[in-house]
Amino acid sequence: MATTPAAPKSNRLGLSVLDYRGGKSTLCAGCGHNAISERIIDALYEMGVQPERVAKLSGIGCSSKSPAYFLGRAHSFNAVHGRMPSVATGAVLANRSLMALGVSGDGDTASIGLGQFMHLMRRNLPLIYIIEDNGVYGLTKGQFSATADIGSKLKTGVINELPAIDTCELAISMGATFVGRSFSGDKRQLHAMLKAAIAHHGTVMLDVVSPCVTFNDHEGSTKSYKYMKDHDEPLQEINFIPVFEDIAVEYDPGTTMEVTMHDGSRLRLRKLEEDYDPTDKIRAITRLNEAKKDGDMLTGVLYVNTQAPTFLDMLNITDQPLATLPASVVRPGREILEQVMEELR
Amino acid sequence: MATTDVGLRESAGRTARVPVVNNMSIQVATVNGSGSQSSNSVLLRSIFQMGIPVSGKNLFPSNIAGLPTWFTIRANKDGYVARKKETDLLVAMNGETARDDVMSMTPGAAVLYDEPLNLSSLRNDLIFYSVPYDKLVAPVCPEAKLRKLVKNMIYVGVVAQLLNIDMAEVEKALRKQFAKKVKAANLNFAAAQAGFDYAAASLTKNDPYRLERMDKTRGKIIIDGNSASALGCVFAGCTLLSWYPITPSSSLAESMIEYLKRFRIGPDGKATFAVVQAEDELAAIGMVLGAGWAGARSMTTTSGPGISLMGEFAGLSYYAEIPAVVWDIQRVGPSTGLPTRTSQGDVLSTAFLSHGDTQHLMLFPSSPRECFEMGMEAFNLAEQFQTLVFVMSDLDLGMNNWMSEPFTYPEAPIERGKVLSKEDLTRLGRFSRYEDVDGDGIPYRTLPGTEHPAAAYFTRGSGHNAAANYSERPEDYEKNMERLRKKFDHARSFVPAPVVETMPNAEIGIIAFGSSHWALIESRDQLRDESKLATDYLRVRAYPFAHEIADFVRAHKRVYVVEQNRDAQLFSLLKLDLDGDLVPKLRSVARLDGLPIDARSVTDEIVSMEGK
Repeated sequence: MATTPAAPKSNRLGLSVLDYRGGKSTLCAGCGHNAISERIIDALYEMGVQPERVAKLSGIGCSSKSPAYFLGRAHSFNAVHGRMPSVATGAVLANRSLMALGVSGDGDTASIGLGQFMHLMRRNLPLIYIIEDNGVYGLTKGQFSATADIGSKLKTGVINELPAIDTCELAISMGATFVGRSFSGDKRQLHAMLKAAIAHHGTVMLDVVSPCVTFNDHEGSTKSYKYMKDHDEPLQEINFIPVFEDIAVEYDPGTTMEVTMHDGSRLRLRKLEEDYDPTDKIRAITRLNEAKKDGDMLTGVLYVNTQAPTFLDMLNITDQPLATLPASVVRPGREILEQVMEELR
Repeated sequence: MATTDVGLRESAGRTARVPVVNNMSIQVATVNGSGSQSSNSVLLRSIFQMGIPVSGKNLFPSNIAGLPTWFTIRANKDGYVARKKETDLLVAMNGETARDDVMSMTPGAAVLYDEPLNLSSLRNDLIFYSVPYDKLVAPVCPEAKLRKLVKNMIYVGVVAQLLNIDMAEVEKALRKQFAKKVKAANLNFAAAQAGFDYAAASLTKNDPYRLERMDKTRGKIIIDGNSASALGCVFAGCTLLSWYPITPSSSLAESMIEYLKRFRIGPDGKATFAVVQAEDELAAIGMVLGAGWAGARSMTTTSGPGISLMGEFAGLSYYAEIPAVVWDIQRVGPSTGLPTRTSQGDVLSTAFLSHGDTQHLMLFPSSPRECFEMGMEAFNLAEQFQTLVFVMSDLDLGMNNWMSEPFTYPEAPIERGKVLSKEDLTRLGRFSRYEDVDGDGIPYRTLPGTEHPAAAYFTRGSGHNAAANYSERPEDYEKNMERLRKKFDHARSFVPAPVVETMPNAEIGIIAFGSSHWALIESRDQLRDESKLATDYLRVRAYPFAHEIADFVRAHKRVYVVEQNRDAQLFSLLKLDLDGDLVPKLRSVARLDGLPIDARSVTDEIVSMEGK
């Protein structure tokens, strides 16, 4: 058998996966967040995203440190606790050509940042918002967060008695147009979902359960590796065919649903749950609540709408980045000031 | 039937026989939501059109409708436009406050009242004019539900007749006020005319106040400070405004939206700006910093409570060095305080807003023209110094109508500061975000999206070294903070310089800022004319303080620092900043009751402190 020399690994921009790497992680060994960083690197690399075109944004917490550990060639903004959504909004409005990638945690999103999170979702701003969701505060050493399930137990034996905030349900209700849930341990699903997220035009909200090996991976936790393996209930098998890969593969519309993304990419969802339709908002919310009752962790693409106008459309912002518009465009002429003065005389 | 009641006491010192020309204040007392705003604007503008310097101040409650509100108009031949302490003519339309309003008048003043209020029996040392508004309004306004609003235009006509305001000017002002609403303009003018005719036929003038044409307003404009600020920001090339409604700053945002829609839509029909009404002030400043980081000229506008909420982000801006502009239209605190009353009470808290060692640039506009100009200066400074710039306006300046010289087109270029492009990076080969390359403390930055592998850096509020890497090393922290201090000090030579006005042989100095200016120019004349006290005056226009301020203090025996707050905030900042030997020269004249500062109060206090 003849062997051909392996082609140098590079993506459509001619960049290697090394061009998508970041600094060395300072998170705990085995932290789910590191696996998510790897998936982000792979997805951006495979999608051929120019690293410099990405803006990484985060709040405060273990999750929010992780943008330092991928895509070192992209600007990053580690903001204040719970306020990444507003900073991201400003950055995207200032330069619409940026691909905004927000990384948050369950505390940063569902507690201190809940207000900004909900308002971000309702604006459908083009942005990928990832929650690295482990149900606890890691940096402050293991207090419950608002996504912890009822009955979940801390290492110290404290049991959570408050209902969990379901960030996916909120995101769907508020108006996000691509909402999914995944697990840091499900390499294949998360990978495909991230690639689809990159192709989406609007707000993507991905809640990724990402176990905290130090404070929340024990028996009794509902955010542990073991619990997720036992209760993960995927809705679909996800395949993503980017627009630049012109592959025609037949599929059975009876068992598979195809969603054409804004850029022409195709998202193929092979249904594992026959009657689940991720374009049906109300059904999505109902199904999430059913699963909650049954103690299942539904994962997959929960909701997708490729047609909704984004915040940029609503604001009718010019195609050029606002940040670098020349003075001749942003400073009205002499005659305009004279006209206003005349009106005031 | 003549309905004029004369209760003038000879001893009051003011008689109709000695006319007082172009020097008076009118106070209109009405109920919030009764539409008196249009009437007062017409009155103000009519006087302005007669060439007489004039100002208008709305003293209103925190309420939509139903609570008392007062509008004061001051016409003054010498150009004094600060609030005058005494009222010369009261237009009493509000039964609820009428008694108190009348009781607070100085003897000899005139009162124009709605007949059923029957005020003339309250005092015998005032001049009373009674007007049967309800009887007058019915014939001119057949639609009963409009009468409450139109009634207010009747007093415009009565006042015009009593004070000698030309009805042609009233009509001109009215038509401008109602612009394209011809029907409304006609209806209102008929009401004004009815008032005028009634006064001519039935009132006998017994007060000494008269207005006569002058030529002191030619070419001038009338504008409120918030609109002027908005215009300044539009011409400064601001591209992002994120705001949360709060009195008294909302009208800045709303005015800016109007101007942006008119003047900043490109040939493709698309906006060269983004405006977001944020969910709260935290989100507003967050968006502004995100946009500033990404390279846009971004701003928010708020008042004290919003400033408090923005504290954490303000510290991030200072430490991560992100440019943006914040307008603080100050109102009375603490807490909700008096939301519709003016103050200069945020100076100290804003200077150091946030935790840790934080300092912020502040600009202090004193007039609409400066609001306009400082709009531009604020953005240039923010980008040049990569930091927040607070523009400290206030309710009096922001929401009231002021006479102003027209604004001149900005000749200064838009300064984007030290931003490295892709080409710069290729030439330099390296980039270190927080390195003090030029020795002025100001580092270079790159914008997200700059297509060069060396462009990126990590922005964080946590400890960082010159390369923007995370660092807790003591020497990195200290070095960075020293550089930030140096940068701040460097700004002293770039911020707007103070304005100094002198008098011959003055040994006394006065320092003030912002809207206090207008009371100060009048007070200095009073001090000179009444107490033989010559003063020099320095108006602070920015923080950090320019070097001239220390020189001014050094050159005077005593320096009075006048401001509109309880705690002598500017005075305190000066004490922190000045050399120890200069501090004992400072005296504080700090007061706040919610009303715009008046000259008489300042004069009296300085005279008393001078032992005169």
